[in-house]
Amino acid sequence: MDLVAIVAIDFVYAIATLALISLGLAIVFGMMRIINLAHGEFMVMGSYSAAVAVHHGVNIWLAILVVAPVAVGIIGVILERLIIRHLYGRMVETMLATWGLSLFVVGILTMIFGDITEGVPTPLPGIKIGAYQTSGYSLFVIALTVATLFGVYVILRSSRLGLLARGTMQNAEMAAALGTDTSRIYAVTFAFGAALAGLAGGVLAPVSGVFPTIGGSYIGRAFITVISGGTAPLAGTASASLLFGIINQVATFLTNPVYGEVALLLAAIVLIRILPQGITGRYLRGSL
Amino acid sequence: MIAVLRANRGLVAVGLIGVALLIALPLALDLFDLLQITLYAILAILALSLAFIWGYGGILCFGHSAFFGLGAYTYAVAVINIGESTAPLVLAMLLPAALAAALGYFMFYARISDIYVGVITLTLTLIFYNCINATAGSAYRIGDAYLGGFNGMPNIPSLNIPFLPDETLEPVGMFLLCGGLLLITYFALHALLATRFGRVLIAIRENEQRVEFLGYDARLHKLAAFAIGGALAGLAGCLYVAWGNYVSPPVFSVVQSAQIIIWLMVGGSGTLLGPVLGAIAISWLTLKIGTQQLVNASVILGAVLLVFVLLVPRGVAPMVTDTLVPWLLSLRRPAAGSHEIAQQGKA
Repeated sequence: MDLVAIVAIDFVYAIATLALISLGLAIVFGMMRIINLAHGEFMVMGSYSAAVAVHHGVNIWLAILVVAPVAVGIIGVILERLIIRHLYGRMVETMLATWGLSLFVVGILTMIFGDITEGVPTPLPGIKIGAYQTSGYSLFVIALTVATLFGVYVILRSSRLGLLARGTMQNAEMAAALGTDTSRIYAVTFAFGAALAGLAGGVLAPVSGVFPTIGGSYIGRAFITVISGGTAPLAGTASASLLFGIINQVATFLTNPVYGEVALLLAAIVLIRILPQGITGRYLRGSL
Repeated sequence: MIAVLRANRGLVAVGLIGVALLIALPLALDLFDLLQITLYAILAILALSLAFIWGYGGILCFGHSAFFGLGAYTYAVAVINIGESTAPLVLAMLLPAALAAALGYFMFYARISDIYVGVITLTLTLIFYNCINATAGSAYRIGDAYLGGFNGMPNIPSLNIPFLPDETLEPVGMFLLCGGLLLITYFALHALLATRFGRVLIAIRENEQRVEFLGYDARLHKLAAFAIGGALAGLAGCLYVAWGNYVSPPVFSVVQSAQIIIWLMVGGSGTLLGPVLGAIAISWLTLKIGTQQLVNASVILGAVLLVFVLLVPRGVAPMVTDTLVPWLLSLRRPAAGSHEIAQQGKA
């Protein structure tokens, strides 16, 4: 029974991390049809913001939950104004530009922090379940992911900003004709996606350690989740994370984590062959 | 005959210059420089493989290093097991071609959009990188070859003269082989693009739907082009390993993939000569950056990519042929020199 609980927590944790690292990317892709190839580096910047804040004596919860998303959100606004906004409507150029950005950021981070692993302490002790022990922080990550998904839903569904964002997403020209400043909506959306990436980076910093190139180990999974989920950011992220989290965990249990990732890619390629528009292109249409 | 030569003046010029360099460089340069130039020739083949599928086929392969790395590792594993380099060289082209064909089937027959192709190919190389990085330890071996994880595989035999395992190629021989293969690849791709297949491929890049309305199977054409590109990238990977006698996971890295695209962006992706020159220029630049500690190479590469995407989206070669040359011609009666450049740029 205890073992079942532990395994269940592992599965849910895998699904939750997948959703957490993909959400920022999915928002930007769903709203603006941009694949941000610097997403992994946004996460790393979140991790470093949290790490630096902790080293300067900031409370760790504050560092993870506030400093990381706010810092990366601000960076996101600046980069959107400087680079991304010149490339709207040109998806390939946007991807190449964000790729250049990603290399640039990795280089800058390496120059500032060096090619060493920076640690962030885990703020929660382990939890005993019968004869087994699990990490309390895993449970926190799960809870936080659920709360974030819910929060994003409420913002998109109920706030005025969310309404404007959804309108711009559905028909940008009509929204502009009705007096919405779509350029500002895009900037805010991009910053929102960046902030979510920063949050994910901050939250995962104690788990994975922080070094300049760690973004590469996240983004493969995030890309797969987002393109398989399709353009509805929330429903897509949730459904694709559920599917791929389970596939990943099963393959990991049967073999090892590396083959878990291979299984993920193979599953995604087959899924794309069957559902070229992603899961939400066929099912759950019109959802958020 | 004369008329054909005159019509293809640019190609003839490239060919003559190429052959002249092939003969002159081993006599003029010392061993170190010759080795370096051999590497540039290998990377130029890699650039051509992407220039073909990206610039002419319109296939946005963001993870081209997957095929390069697969060719490299295939050669390494096969040559250690077989002890002779002829079959490994062929395998190093066939396996990446097969991977490209399989992946192409799933991507092109699903008719997914360009950005999905980019993301899937990029993810492919990310996962190859993570996989091969995790193969440290003696458990991971294929036949006699230990994959070695992040340590890489040392002491990989060089190429030898076909079926003569003891006759390994010396640096000069390797230079002649790589330079020769570069020239052959360049002209073979030009010839291929002039065939019916090549013309349909270019038409697909311009307007896939219209080509299908005319009765051509765009999916099959893209699949074939992708496989050819994969095979050429595998060839470059094989030569790269045989050149350095060493292979490690960074051949699969995202930075490697980005570099190939940067060569194209800088040189001009709609040409074949541009990417070759881009590959040589950027590789030379990264080598120079590597000799100093102040600025990280990634910063420069990222900045170059950003600047070219934002400011020179078509690359240097088209800019020279379409903007600079007409401008020079408009200044005065065309001098013989500038006309030569115009022809060369088109090649």
